Amino acid sequence: MKARLRSLSDMLATGLAMLSTFLVVAPLVAIFVYLVYKGASSINLAFFTQPPKPVGESGGGMANAIVGSGVLLAVGSLIGIPIGIAGGIFLAEYGRGTRLAQAIRFTADVLNGVPSIVMGIAAYSLVVVPQKHFSALSGGVALGIMMIPTVCRTSEEMLLMVPKAVREAALGLGVPNWRSVVSITLRTASPGIITGCMLAFARVAGETAPLIFTAFGNVGWSVNLNEPIAALPLQIYVYAISPYDEWHRLAWAGALVLIVLIVLAVALVRYVTSRGVLKGAS
Amino acid sequence: MSANVPDIRASEIAAKPVPAPPAVPGAAVPAEIEISPVRRYLLTRGNSAAADRAFHGLMVLSALSIFGIVALIAWELVERSKLAWRTFGFRFFFSAFVDPDTHQRMFWDPVNGHFSALPFIYGTLVSSFLALLLAVPLAVGVAVFLTEMCPRPLRAPLAFLTELLAAIPSVIYGLWAVFVLVPLLRDYVNPFLAHALGWTGLFPDDNPTGLGFVAAGVILAIMILPIVSSLTREVMIAVPHSQREAVLALGATRWEMIRMGVLRNARIGIVGAIILGLGRALGETMAVTMVIGNTPEIHRSLLANGSSMASVIANEFAEASSDLHLSALMEIGLALFVVTIIVNAFARLLVWAVTRGAPAHSH
Repeated sequence: MKARLRSLSDMLATGLAMLSTFLVVAPLVAIFVYLVYKGASSINLAFFTQPPKPVGESGGGMANAIVGSGVLLAVGSLIGIPIGIAGGIFLAEYGRGTRLAQAIRFTADVLNGVPSIVMGIAAYSLVVVPQKHFSALSGGVALGIMMIPTVCRTSEEMLLMVPKAVREAALGLGVPNWRSVVSITLRTASPGIITGCMLAFARVAGETAPLIFTAFGNVGWSVNLNEPIAALPLQIYVYAISPYDEWHRLAWAGALVLIVLIVLAVALVRYVTSRGVLKGAS
Repeated sequence: MSANVPDIRASEIAAKPVPAPPAVPGAAVPAEIEISPVRRYLLTRGNSAAADRAFHGLMVLSALSIFGIVALIAWELVERSKLAWRTFGFRFFFSAFVDPDTHQRMFWDPVNGHFSALPFIYGTLVSSFLALLLAVPLAVGVAVFLTEMCPRPLRAPLAFLTELLAAIPSVIYGLWAVFVLVPLLRDYVNPFLAHALGWTGLFPDDNPTGLGFVAAGVILAIMILPIVSSLTREVMIAVPHSQREAVLALGATRWEMIRMGVLRNARIGIVGAIILGLGRALGETMAVTMVIGNTPEIHRSLLANGSSMASVIANEFAEASSDLHLSALMEIGLALFVVTIIVNAFARLLVWAVTRGAPAHSH
């Protein structure tokens, strides 16, 4: 009797575990299917080349938002990637094992969990308030600040994978320390570091909250760093909460484009890291 | 047999030319000393102490920028919330006001300059805990399935799918929630809840919009599932196999092995994963803003509209009507910042204590 109860509870647990896996995968599949179903019909050339039309007219696209996102991500990467990689170099090469490195590592992990809207407030105080207007620069700064801890941690992990023999060989040949770090260690770990940067890139590409009051959004074409700029996730948000069906249609299409780009980036990252950091190293 | 390696010094190369060999008829003429360009370059450079120090300093500065970011955020938030702090003090977090015209209880009144953060704290806590209630059993179930029960070929694709959930941006969750989840709740789930659980007083049938705490809780649950489940998987994998084998050797079924051998040992880490999920839920902005209804009021009903700390900042920051309004929003941001830092730090410590310093994957 007891044995039957035990095997029954075993089967029940297995069933519940399978059910919860199904319940987790189901919303994901539902979201993707719905995105494709609602958004695919609106993806056409006009979507990628035209800015939005005034309310009431049909057609138009999100070209200004796509270009704007590109500008913001470029500025953010310029700020976030060099500082992040340099921080990772410190953690892996110079500070390995020190208490300072442990503290920085911990702080970077904690910073990754801070809500993105708080980063937006920081960029607002730093750039928008002195300039007294919203600008693409402030949006880029917000995204850059968000990228720094992520890039720092992933590049540290990749640099730690470079075998000691490579470093020692370089130093043994008389290469200066800084040169060996840059030309030997960094280059060996570069596939992994690049994928880490892509991961951070994909993460901030979908961020909306910090852009609401820094980049602010723009209904027309603008690539000026000193003016408000449209961004794809921001535009999706504005259109989604609007009462116009035409804008809802554009929001679905924009969401489909965004999710395809992000999924491609994530899949690429997984593919490269699964092949190993050091294979294919230049 | 090694050749005669000449003793080359940098000073000698620069100063003295190679002396001409003595002209002895018949004697072998020693070959000219060939130095490769790389070696010549390295030898003439002197040592690189200055460049090394500069590079080291640059790397240290970049790493310290992480501290700088935290300090910057904290300083800016404290500075700009000083006005609200001076005006309201601690009562900002729990007081209420009476509107002079309608004599109703009001919390957030930009028109009259009365601000209280209580409805937002309430909304954040209710939606986050509802999300935890829904997400934790599912996440632990998925983790158990993927680590212990899943057939090997299915493991990688399912793990990839679960992590893909984490990569979807918050706006897309919000978009899907507004157009799919909310109508579903409005038409089927909320009436059912009001009918079946109305006796608790938590589910009165008075909000026909489908927005509200339940919607926010469900979409937040979907969003924190991948974090909690992947961290739970990590701590479960960190449990040594000897524990599993010992329990199996005593005659346990597979579920008993999981419960006694794995989950019991990974308890602390799982708690850490849950708290990390809580941290994410507390700060989540876009999806919550789109479905919570944005009403700065407190209602006992879980089906009611509400507002959360992050959503009020997202909604009102760009158009804050006065300095006091902006300062009040900054103070809410400061509270959010401090709370998420404490929660995340505590959670990371717990997870680290279990996995013992293995590199944490960034989420």
